[in-house]
Amino acid sequence: MSEKKLATETKLTREIKMRDFDPKFKSEISKVPGIENIKLCFQCGTCTADCPIARFSDIYSPRKIMRMTQLGMKDRLLSSESLWLCAACFTCVDHCPQGVDIAGVVRALRNMAVKEGVIPDVFRELTNNILKTGYAYRIPELRLKKRVEKGLPPLPEANLEDVSKLFDVIGVSKASKMEKK
Amino acid sequence: MAGLKYLLFLGCVIPYRIASYETSSRKVLKKLGVKLVEMPEFNCCGLPIDGVNHDAMLMLAARNLCLAEQQKLNILTLCPGCAGTLRKVNRSLQEDKKLKERVNGYLKEIDMEFKGGKIAVRHLIQALVEDVGLEKIKDAVVKPLTGLKVAEHNGCHVLRPAKYIGFDNPENPVLLKRLIEATGAECLDYMYETDCCGAPIIGVNDKIPLYLAGDKLRNIKAVNAQALITACPLCHMMFDINQPRIERLLSERFGIPVLHYPQLLGLAMGFTPKEMELEELRVDATKLLNAT
Repeated sequence: MSEKKLATETKLTREIKMRDFDPKFKSEISKVPGIENIKLCFQCGTCTADCPIARFSDIYSPRKIMRMTQLGMKDRLLSSESLWLCAACFTCVDHCPQGVDIAGVVRALRNMAVKEGVIPDVFRELTNNILKTGYAYRIPELRLKKRVEKGLPPLPEANLEDVSKLFDVIGVSKASKMEKK
Repeated sequence: MAGLKYLLFLGCVIPYRIASYETSSRKVLKKLGVKLVEMPEFNCCGLPIDGVNHDAMLMLAARNLCLAEQQKLNILTLCPGCAGTLRKVNRSLQEDKKLKERVNGYLKEIDMEFKGGKIAVRHLIQALVEDVGLEKIKDAVVKPLTGLKVAEHNGCHVLRPAKYIGFDNPENPVLLKRLIEATGAECLDYMYETDCCGAPIIGVNDKIPLYLAGDKLRNIKAVNAQALITACPLCHMMFDINQPRIERLLSERFGIPVLHYPQLLGLAMGFTPKEMELEELRVDATKLLNAT
């Protein structure tokens, strides 16, 4: 499995060419349940103005992500690091005057990026941890022992058979296996 | 309010690093007469991999909801991320027949079925306000923390998205403040109070969350709050464990102790600092106690 590298952000701002646009992309993404109304975004910029991450980042702008999605700049979007900077605080979702689930759009774009083989290390690790332990983090033995010493109930063992069956039927196991090159 | 009983959904972050939040919550809830039942065979709520595969998140959440349906008990979570996710999925599955059908199609593989409408999901703060009640909490306070001035940080998923959560006012949240005031402490307002701590993107980009949390700590210090009160393990990690890192990055000194809300309440209910595991906090909270 080859893995595409996350693009550096200069790529997002380089000169735009006609071939960067995929006119079908807008319809493709608006098939995702919950974000059917993506075309309603009229670029008011409330999302970026109220985004706590955007306050401290030169590259993260939900408004820009929305516009690039509408224009169909699929390749640039899916390879961009900024796609992974949303903290999912949902402030933009609550504030959007057009009722667009902006965080939902970012999530859908991330899901597409993963299918194309782009996944930041930390997300691969979280996926792997869930598959192998049922928990998103590897809880050290020492912590488990300490729990019992402190009189806390032992941490229940997750049902790994169930988790693995669900991952298989959804096809997510592939994402966790993508090796870093 | 006799007979409050929940299925405790612990999640991943708390057993991984934030044991003091669990211990203090359990002790405080027990003293308030709330019974917690351990949730067997649960798995991650799903939220951390929503960006990897939305369906995987749905399935992990739905499986946990099915476990609760089997036990016929409402879920209590200490982590807002888990609460928000389980709450949102619980509601979506009840409202969206097509989605429920699809999810149940997957769940068949593991002999489970989401029925819907049977159980509710509560975050600790919501359970304290809506189920236990402020009056009962006030009655349980035997050592009011009069004179203590603190600030609060809710944790985004306790409040947002409003459409799915429907608790408090996300634009001007007051209920955690009321809970803090119930302990006798004063809760101060500060700039950018409702902003996210940034923790979820640690690992993708560390600098942005450190600057963001640093900005919040600066605003908290500016109003002379003696401590910050949180109700989220991830936010707590950001403000407490990462505070020395933030101080180094910004070349500023904050020294603001960060307490889990149940720790603050526990102290007011007469528990000792040791029972509330205050020594587990990275930023020293002993000076704070001398002040009360």
